[in-house]
Amino acid sequence: MSDTANRRSQDQALLSVRSLSVEFGTGNGAFKAVRDVSFDVRPGRTLAVVGESGSGKSVTSLAIMRLTDYTGGRITGGQVLFRPDGGEAIDLVKASDSRLREIRGNDIAMIFQEPMTSLNPVFTIGNQISETLILHQGLNGRDARLRAKELLQKVRLPDADKLLDRYPHQLSGGMRQRVMIAMALACNPKLLIADEPTTALDVTIQAQILNIIRDLQQEMGTAVIFITHDMGVVAEMADDVVVMWKGEKVEQAPVRDIFAAPQHPYTRALLSAVPRLGSLTGQPLPKRTPVMVMDGGVAKAVGDTHEQNTADYTKPILQVDKLTTRFDVGKTFFGRVTHRVHAVEAVSFDIYPGETLALVGESGSGKSTIGRTLQQLVEPTGGTVRFDGRDMAAMSQGERRRLRQEIQYIFQDPFASLDPRHTVGYSIAEPIIVHGLINDRKERERRVHELLEQVGLQPQHARRYPHEFSGGQRQRICIARALASNPKLVIADESVSALDVSIQAQIVNLLMELQERKRLSYLFITHDMAVVEKVSHRVAVMYLGQIVELGSRQAIFENPQHSYTRKLLSAVPIADPQRERAKTRIEGEIPSPVRPVGQEPAIHRMREVEPGHWVAIESDPLRGAA
Amino acid sequence: MAGFILKRLLQAVFVVLAVTLIVSFAIRLSGDPAIMLMGGGNVTEQDLQNIRQALGLDRPFYVQYLAFLEGMVRGDFGKSFMGGTSVSMLIANALPATLLLAFASLLASIVLSVPLGVYAAVNRGRWPDQVIRILSLVGLSFPNFWLAIMMVLLFSIVLGLLPPSGMEGPESFVMPALTMAIILTATNVRLVRTSMLETLSQQYIMVARSKGLRDRVVLYKHALRNSAIPLVTYIGLQFGGLIGGIVIIERVFNWPGMGTLAFDAISNRDYPVLQGTITVLALFIVLINLLVDIAYGLIDPRIRTE
Repeated sequence: MSDTANRRSQDQALLSVRSLSVEFGTGNGAFKAVRDVSFDVRPGRTLAVVGESGSGKSVTSLAIMRLTDYTGGRITGGQVLFRPDGGEAIDLVKASDSRLREIRGNDIAMIFQEPMTSLNPVFTIGNQISETLILHQGLNGRDARLRAKELLQKVRLPDADKLLDRYPHQLSGGMRQRVMIAMALACNPKLLIADEPTTALDVTIQAQILNIIRDLQQEMGTAVIFITHDMGVVAEMADDVVVMWKGEKVEQAPVRDIFAAPQHPYTRALLSAVPRLGSLTGQPLPKRTPVMVMDGGVAKAVGDTHEQNTADYTKPILQVDKLTTRFDVGKTFFGRVTHRVHAVEAVSFDIYPGETLALVGESGSGKSTIGRTLQQLVEPTGGTVRFDGRDMAAMSQGERRRLRQEIQYIFQDPFASLDPRHTVGYSIAEPIIVHGLINDRKERERRVHELLEQVGLQPQHARRYPHEFSGGQRQRICIARALASNPKLVIADESVSALDVSIQAQIVNLLMELQERKRLSYLFITHDMAVVEKVSHRVAVMYLGQIVELGSRQAIFENPQHSYTRKLLSAVPIADPQRERAKTRIEGEIPSPVRPVGQEPAIHRMREVEPGHWVAIESDPLRGAA
Repeated sequence: MAGFILKRLLQAVFVVLAVTLIVSFAIRLSGDPAIMLMGGGNVTEQDLQNIRQALGLDRPFYVQYLAFLEGMVRGDFGKSFMGGTSVSMLIANALPATLLLAFASLLASIVLSVPLGVYAAVNRGRWPDQVIRILSLVGLSFPNFWLAIMMVLLFSIVLGLLPPSGMEGPESFVMPALTMAIILTATNVRLVRTSMLETLSQQYIMVARSKGLRDRVVLYKHALRNSAIPLVTYIGLQFGGLIGGIVIIERVFNWPGMGTLAFDAISNRDYPVLQGTITVLALFIVLINLLVDIAYGLIDPRIRTE
């Protein structure tokens, strides 16, 4: 190939989406999910399509291979031109079903968001990878199996041989997503479409998966369309970015330009809402900053800059001492327990009035179990919990009920945590009734209205039902409900994790504002380090049921001591394409907290490295004895 | 696995004990077989007493029941009150006819309901789905005996194609099996449809499609096996009902199976025959459900490891 011909094939797009529109038939007319969207993907390059829920980014990704046909969607206009060999373009919108089947899985492959549900539970890993190879490459069973093994090794899965005969449920989420990647890359596709491939994974696992995709892309020269809502992932992965909003493309630019000089007001609002790790470096206190919100097509700043100087360190409101919570699992034929989940092991921490303590960690770290234990949803196995100086274990029934009023909980999923059959007003009033706080009906109604206003909603919303609200509004309702009983401590368990970034930023600001107004203490349970940096006064890092590092926010983020804390921080994708990519490679799975009965984990000893900054001793001789 | 099967077999023993106890006790409330045997007329109390003594009915209930159990362990269900034929012999003659009918209709219903159910699920809300659902509702609404009589009317009397009753050759087998199959299919189609709809909305089905697999492979390899659990469960439960239905169908078609045997035994208050047939049928139901549990593990590896 001559130089000019080479350049031409480089310049020519592998995939050109032209004025694509997709509709879904609903009860009341057609819903236009994607309108007039165009973009190009060049060979070997990565295009990120970003947007929030309802932006049409996932529908776009499905429409490329016409998989929308199976979800009730209809492509109403436009072209999807695919040039597999740099030659004649095929319009996938008009291609025959059999031609499409030849392209799917062979020239264009796809990875989906949920690794837990992307693999068929009743077939082995080997079977599912071989299937594509037998179909598209005409391999026989034996050769396909050999190739499947190679592919598993390529995505750095250990024990590839044994893995071929395993079933999906025997693998962790991260491993399954690697199998998914191996499956997608089986036929050396020209184009890989990855729809939120790491959203459901822990941050250290996400870092591994992103590395694998990047490495394999370089090795195989695959072009990638990366669908995501996470600007950090965009900065790390993308060459070019398409921003989608309400079914339309609002901006397209090379990744540096998107971050350095966003043109569309929505892009600017989106970027301003992204929590950035390191944004509060050098500042001792958490800080509220204004949020850009879209208001009729214009970005508008809401809120003010405010230091969160609310904590009062004279006397703790909550003292947790050597809290241990274990669950029995695995029983023999005769009902004897063989294994236990060591969810929480000898965890100690205090929370002070007006303070936010962040509890961070990955799946299985025990952070949610602590929250549930404090809310009396789970009985602790050992240790003491003191609230306002009183020991929880020594409390009477009445006192325990009163404790439920003083400690409130905000859950992760605002869609599942409100009763769909009751009005919002009823849900908010319920804790007031249950705890007998206000007995007069009129008075109670006034209180519900006041609470709704405090969380930024309107009094007349009380008469509506949860389905009439968006996710962000529902989370505000959940906050209003938590505040209804005048709690002193609020446990927020991944309360902002499921929300779009712009909504997340607003809810975080609301929580901080309420903390200042009501001197609330928060136990903020999350896996998202960037949010932690913004909201918390102190941070406790959890790993396998134990706290490995505890200190002020500044100490943890600017002077992390424990290797796990460092690993966690280095795994967070940074929303800044200028920044050099992390050199350190993170490897390995998160170990399981399930242990056979009789094998107790060693309890870390903590060392104070500076006042108030505690770190688990890593070369603890006790560890070896376990 | 062996432990699991052992546990289930142990349960089966209790099921059989309970079933036989209830049946033996209940039938003794229904009247005196001695009067049945004498057929009315000029009978003295002494005659009846003699017959009762001859049949062993003068003994207390628990003695009779224990004697029955003891015989059962030896594989001897006693002799029929009518003509003194060995009950085991009667069952050995009737059981194959019934099993043939039961399994043939079950098989026919699976062969019919799986493709129809899958087709309805794929075309959800469109006319093939509507037609299949309406037909299934119609099938559900037929009483089995009425359907059987209509069949006889159509195929034997109007068309003269099939013999109306008895078991003479392969053609006499068509109508009873078809009647049962239609009734089973009507429910199974709905079950397959609902279960397939659930499976088709799963992410791994979209993944299978994104691999470029043909619709047939996506539906029958990837989706069907995941939808099979509810169907298999229901077939296990259905088997009990199937036996009940067979009693009626066998009656209408004069099919010489377990149903006819049991029916006659009830009419004649023929205790040993009834106890024997019920015990064998109960054992079969237990066995089928054991097979269903084993099938779960074969279908779904997640159940296997538990």
